Amino acid sequence: MDRFRMIFQYFQSNSESVMNGICGLLALASIKIYTCFDFSCPCLPQYNMAYGLGIMFVPPVTLFFCGLILNRQSLVMLEEWKRPQGHRKKDLAVIRYMCSSIMQRAMVAPVIWIVVALLDGKCLICAFSSSVDPEKFVGFANASLVQVQQLLAKVPCKDDELMRNNTSRKAVSRYLRCWSQALGWTILLIFIVAAFLARWLRPCFDQATLLQARHWSNYIDIEQKIFEETCCEHSRLFAHKCILHFFESMRQEIKLHSFSLPQEEEGVEREDDLLRGIRHQDQVNKLLKMWYYEKPPLDVS
Amino acid sequence: MDKFRMIFQFLQSNQESFMNGICGIMALASAQMYSAFDFNCPCLPHYNLAYGLGILLVPPFILFLLGFVLNNNISMLAEEWRRPQGQRGKDRAVLRYMFCSMAQRAMIAPVVWVSVTLLDGKCITCAFCTSVPVETLGNSSHPGLSQGEMKRVLARIPCKEIYDGQELIANEVAIRYLRCISQALGWCFVLLMTTLAFLVRSLRPCFTQAAFLKSRYWSHYIDIERKLFDETCAEHARSFAKVCIQQFFEGMSTDLAAARCHPPRKAPADAGEATEKLLGITDQGTMNMALKSWHRCKPPLHLHPPALPSGNGWAGEGQPPAHPPLPRRETAAYYSRV
Repeated sequence: MDRFRMIFQYFQSNSESVMNGICGLLALASIKIYTCFDFSCPCLPQYNMAYGLGIMFVPPVTLFFCGLILNRQSLVMLEEWKRPQGHRKKDLAVIRYMCSSIMQRAMVAPVIWIVVALLDGKCLICAFSSSVDPEKFVGFANASLVQVQQLLAKVPCKDDELMRNNTSRKAVSRYLRCWSQALGWTILLIFIVAAFLARWLRPCFDQATLLQARHWSNYIDIEQKIFEETCCEHSRLFAHKCILHFFESMRQEIKLHSFSLPQEEEGVEREDDLLRGIRHQDQVNKLLKMWYYEKPPLDVS
Repeated sequence: MDKFRMIFQFLQSNQESFMNGICGIMALASAQMYSAFDFNCPCLPHYNLAYGLGILLVPPFILFLLGFVLNNNISMLAEEWRRPQGQRGKDRAVLRYMFCSMAQRAMIAPVVWVSVTLLDGKCITCAFCTSVPVETLGNSSHPGLSQGEMKRVLARIPCKEIYDGQELIANEVAIRYLRCISQALGWCFVLLMTTLAFLVRSLRPCFTQAAFLKSRYWSHYIDIERKLFDETCAEHARSFAKVCIQQFFEGMSTDLAAARCHPPRKAPADAGEATEKLLGITDQGTMNMALKSWHRCKPPLHLHPPALPSGNGWAGEGQPPAHPPLPRRETAAYYSRV
């Protein structure tokens, strides 16, 4: 019993911290993947925007799904949502609470990716270099439309032969990076202010319901863990009984077919207890063969 | 028993985390192997495609098979699949559950390899450099090149040092184009896999939760039963060996005493445990005989029934024990009372 109590407490205190840990790991993985990723803008008029915006938005979606998959509580919430009502009513407030907590944790890594991409600037420069107004930049003001598009598309590629020493390229690049970083910092500020307000203003609204929802969502989580634990314990005992019955039945058959006097069970050494009457090579082989060819039925009554 | 119980619970509760750990290690190994691998595009027209696609597709297949090989449960699945039905029905749902869970874990390392390969871009660049659209990206009006020649020139795109088609199409332009396509494919592949995994995980509670709980319970049961059976057999083998060896020493001592025509030395009642453990072999000659006999003529795997304890605790004195007749063989119809 004490052991179960310790296990309860362990799960209780650590369910939240496990989820927070996974959230943090995903955030770090997001930054690491961004830095390892070799961003290489195609520098072609039609492809730039698709590539730039693709790199900005597709990995966050992937990270969001990863955040949902790795979070055990999302499964618990889905099971609670989809289960038949039976004898236990369903509380939608609990499901809403669990859903919002899962979503909040899953959003952290995508937001970090987007913010890092914006602060770095490469994605936006690649996506919008063809969309800047060429009139603002000296080097591009006097070319024809098609040529301008081509040149502007090559701005993100510093090593391109046309762009190597082009000062206007640097001007466009700086301009776009400035916008990108401003956008990045703004988004970061908005998210942090939103998180701050959500945490501080929450106690002003319906704290009692929140406490209830949090308690019951923890309860559902622990209940499921304990159910799995109990099933494991039960299957272990079931297997133990089943195997003992099997050995016993072997011993009975051997007694039935051998004509020696029945052994006195009392006072026999402990080793013979463990031998369970199987004392011959053939008997052992027979036992092993029976175990494979005819497993005992799943009935230990 | 308590110790076994704790160990089993630890193994069981951690079986999943143990397998997840192996999964993670294989994924990291896969990424590490890719970065350690020295990719060397042949830069020849027909070999490029074969090499590029080969590096893209063959290692994932190997990693997939390795994922199955490293999974201990594969033998359990095979055993459960192939066993005769006997008295216990076979549940196909359990087999399917076991196979699916192993396949899902084995898929992770190949998916990581394919993603890393596509995001890196070298394989696709090597495989498809002859298919670059020269009309849109380069100078298609460049004169004088037949199809074959052009292919040969384009095939050298990945090898910058020997590329000689700069007038036809700039090397950096072609590589950027191909790498962009490769990375787009890579991210789409990652997104697709993640979406699939998410759907598989989240649709299950909506449709088959009861069947899932049943399959999971019985697949754990089969695993535990197999481990417990092995444990019990090991225990039995230990006891068997102990009794067999004890009987060997006793038999040896009796035989030697009989050969020397004097009754075996009886251990005095207050001799103590150490003397009892000597099993009647108390001199160098006897011990040497025992060791030689153990090597030359091991005792049969047939234990005598335990003799009733005599006054001084010495078993095996006097008449040799009656060997029980061997149990009848397969002619009788065996039945189990379980």
